[in-house]
Order: sequence, then C-alpha cells, then structure tokens
Amino acid sequence: MNVYLSMLIGYLLVNNYVMCQFFGICPFLGVSKKFDTALGMGMAVTFVITLASFITWLVQTFLLTPLGLDYMQTIAFILVIAVLVQVVENALKKLSYSLYQALGVYLPLITTNCVVLAVAINNITDGWNLLEATFCGCCSALGFTLALLLLACIRERLELSNMPKWMKGSPGALITAGLMAISFMGFGGLI
Amino acid sequence: MNIVWAIVVLGAMGILFGILLTWTAKVFAVESNPRRDAVREVLPGANCGGCGFPGCDGCADAIAEGRAPVNACPVGGADVAKKVASIMGVEAGEEEKKVARVVCQGGTDNCKTRFSYNGIHDCVAASTLSDGYKTCKYACMGLGTCEKACPFGAIHMDENRHIAVIDEEKCQSCGKCVAACPKHVIELRPISQKVDLACHNPGIGKAVSANCQIGCIGCQRCIKACKFEAISMVDNLPKIDYTKCRQCMMCAEACPTEAMKAVFEDRQVAVIDPSICVGCGACKRTCQFGAIQGELKVRHFINDACTGCGECASVCPLNKKGKKCIVIRTRNRPRDPQAALPVAPKAAPAKAGEAKKD
Repeated sequence: MNVYLSMLIGYLLVNNYVMCQFFGICPFLGVSKKFDTALGMGMAVTFVITLASFITWLVQTFLLTPLGLDYMQTIAFILVIAVLVQVVENALKKLSYSLYQALGVYLPLITTNCVVLAVAINNITDGWNLLEATFCGCCSALGFTLALLLLACIRERLELSNMPKWMKGSPGALITAGLMAISFMGFGGLI
Repeated sequence: MNIVWAIVVLGAMGILFGILLTWTAKVFAVESNPRRDAVREVLPGANCGGCGFPGCDGCADAIAEGRAPVNACPVGGADVAKKVASIMGVEAGEEEKKVARVVCQGGTDNCKTRFSYNGIHDCVAASTLSDGYKTCKYACMGLGTCEKACPFGAIHMDENRHIAVIDEEKCQSCGKCVAACPKHVIELRPISQKVDLACHNPGIGKAVSANCQIGCIGCQRCIKACKFEAISMVDNLPKIDYTKCRQCMMCAEACPTEAMKAVFEDRQVAVIDPSICVGCGACKRTCQFGAIQGELKVRHFINDACTGCGECASVCPLNKKGKKCIVIRTRNRPRDPQAALPVAPKAAPAKAGEAKKD
C-alpha cells in the first residue's frame, strides 16, 4: 500500500512528467487556453496512458522479452498507442462532438506525444508488475492533467489582466510555465 | 530466426489492432451529412466570406443544416444556387445576380477639390481629414480602399478623375468593397438595372449643385417622369423600386443634372411584326408614351418615341398565345419622340402603304 501512496504523490507532484521532466509540452501549451478543453484533453490523455501502460506491459512481458525482441520495444509501443488514440478519437466523435472539435489537432497528436511513450517505457525500466505499471500510468497521466488544468486556470486569469501587448498569448504562457516548473521544484524533498 | 519472430509478432499485433479499429469504427460510426459534402463541392471555394459564414465550409454547413438559404453564396450566383437547390431538394429563389456599382459620379471633372491631399493613400485616412478633399463630402475619394478590398480584381481607380470604376464582368458581388468604403458610395444592385441614381448626397438645391455639377438636387422631376410609380423620395433622394422599374429610362431623360444615370446604349425598343399583327389596338391603348400608331384592324407600327418599357408586349393578345407579335430588342439608334417615325421602315413597307390607303 505504501508503494502506491508514494507512487501517487511521486508522479502527481514530485516527478510530475510535465513540470519536472518536461514531457508533453506541446499539448500543455496548446490546449491550455480554456479550462473545459484542458479538462477534456486531460481525460483523453489519462485514458490513453492508463490503457497504454496496461497493454504495453503485457506486450513487453509476454511477447517481446520471451522472444528476445526488446529492441522492437519502441515501435511496438507506438503501435499500441496509435491504435488507442484512434479508438479514443472514434469514441469522442460519437460521444462528445463538441469536445472532439475543441481538442482539434491535439487529439491525434497524442499519438506522437512523448509523454505517453515515456510513461510506457519508464514502466518497463522501473520494473513494475502489471498492477503497479497501470497505476503508475494513471498517476502520471493525472499529473499531466493537473499541470494542464493549473496552467489553464492561470491563463484564463491572465487573459483578463492588463499585460503588455508583447506578453499576451504564447510569451506569457511560456513564462508562466517556467515559473510553475520552478514552484514544482519545491516538492523535491517530499519523498 | 529472431527476425522472423519479430515480423510474426508485430504483424499479428497489427492485424489484431486493425480488427479492433474496424470494430470501434463500426460501433462509434457517426452519420456524416452527405448533402453537406455535396454542397461544399458545388460552392466556388474562394473562401471570400461574402456569405457571412467563415469560408465555404461554414457556408456548406449552414446550408445543409437549413440555417442559410440555398442562394446564400453571392459569388456563385444563380448557377451555384440552382445546383445547391437540386442537392437540397428545394426550388432556388429567383435571386437575380447583383453587381457593385459606384453611387457617385464625383470625379474631379464634376466635383472640384477643396485642397490638395498628400496624406496616406487610403480613403479611410483621407475621409477623416475634414470629410475628405472633395467639395462634396459624400463623394468617392478615389484612393483605392475598395480596390485593395476586392478579392477579384474587379475595381480600379480612374487616376485622372479620382473615382472608383468597377468592372461588372469581374464583380462577384461579394460585398467586400461595400463594407470597406468609408463614404458608402458602393452599393450592390441588380445587374439588369440599367438606370439608377448615381449620387447619394441627401442635400437639396444649391447645397448640392454648388459642390458637384451632376449631384442630385432633389427636384423630383424623375418621379413625375416615371409612368410606373417606381420612384419615391427617401432622404431627398429618389429611390427606384426595382420590382416596378421597366427600364424605360424616362427618369434619366427628365433629370436636369444627369444624377439619374442610364445606360442609353442598352435601351430597348418594341418592334411589331407586321405579318402577325391584326390591329387589335390593345398595345396602342396601353402605351403611355404615344409610341404606337395605327388604326383599328390595321397593322400597327411603333415610332421612335418608344422607350422599350415592354408594356405593349405584355398585353398583346397574340403574344399571350405564344406568337411573337411584339418583340423587345435593343435599340440601334437614340430615342427621338419628335421624329415619331417607324423604327424599321425598311422592314415594313407594306404596312406603311396599307395605312395610307385606309
């Protein structure tokens, strides 16, 4: 139980994939203009990463390692992730068309997003078992969602503030992201 | 052996995932509107935004959902409207194609300049400086803001007269120039309208004529000249009701200042076919210009007073039966009510002879 608790805090705050390891910056800046879209994106990424962690662990343990195909890890994982993203896209189109439109190009971009692949590969290198790997994936994705939502909230407020014209939009967002990363360093000694 | 396993494993995964994707695509299949795609195919694809929607895709969405009429695209005109209508299964409204026209003749030859303007070469900038450099503050600036706005290259500036000239062949009636003009001198008008007011100064009398030689002074002579009650005064300016106007151009003839402008080259004339006419007199009773001559039961003929309004053709009982007794065609010489001669004496010598005998 202790492992899971430390994993939750670890991947949510201390080793947050976005804020401390700088993965997944593209959707982090791209879909963080509005809270609602950020939440939708976070949910989609959480779904994909959790499921990808589960399936890639199975693929690694029962196919690649026994057959000595470890060098095929990257391509096999990408295949799994791409299929999952496609499934999510199909489902979203049917279930929530407005969210599908709001996410736009960032939804298919989850396919090539480094955070998904990074979580899947790190699960293997860290040597987790199936349950731990899945939980780890879920926590990492929630950490990503947390960072995304925090930035979205800040950017919504910044939108209303009286910023100099040259700071509005992307420059302001990048500086905000940098300051957020610095503040996340404060969690360093937690575990 | 290892490489064979690699191929087998990845191939098997690929096939498995392929099946999975096909299954989810079927489960989550979304019915896309096939009519929307068909409408999008027909639209011009210039993405000019003249319809008021974000590009042709937005317009196609709106038409397919019934939020916009089938003739929503002003650029495509009647052709596109007809195709869209056949896709949507409705009749296209008879929306006539419109063209942008400059409602001002205030070139520097007619409307003098008050001062020499050397500022930014832009109408908006120029009009902020004391309502522009021309004596009439409603006049076209001629600095090319509409020219820059036109996506079809249909507008150019007359550099000598400083006024915008629109090429009606190229104009797609998207309305961008109408929105761009700070003086509001460009209006969209039906392309078949050959006579209209080319002035929008709401002043009357000397207030106008002191500034521009051919401005509308609000004398209302055009209203008296119009036999079809198509003209009414709005803000001291005559406004033509296009549904009533018969293009007789009498208003333009009556206008003392040429503010009411007509394309006299396109004026029509009625011609009676002597071999068909039975002399019923219906046309003669209808004609308001005294242009039809002839006794009852004798073939009638039309003299040079004809304005080409087409009233006679619409009442001719033989025309109604499908014969071409009275034909309206383009006039080949100017109208002359004094001469009152037959329009085509060579074509109808027998008719003239018979009239004399009787």
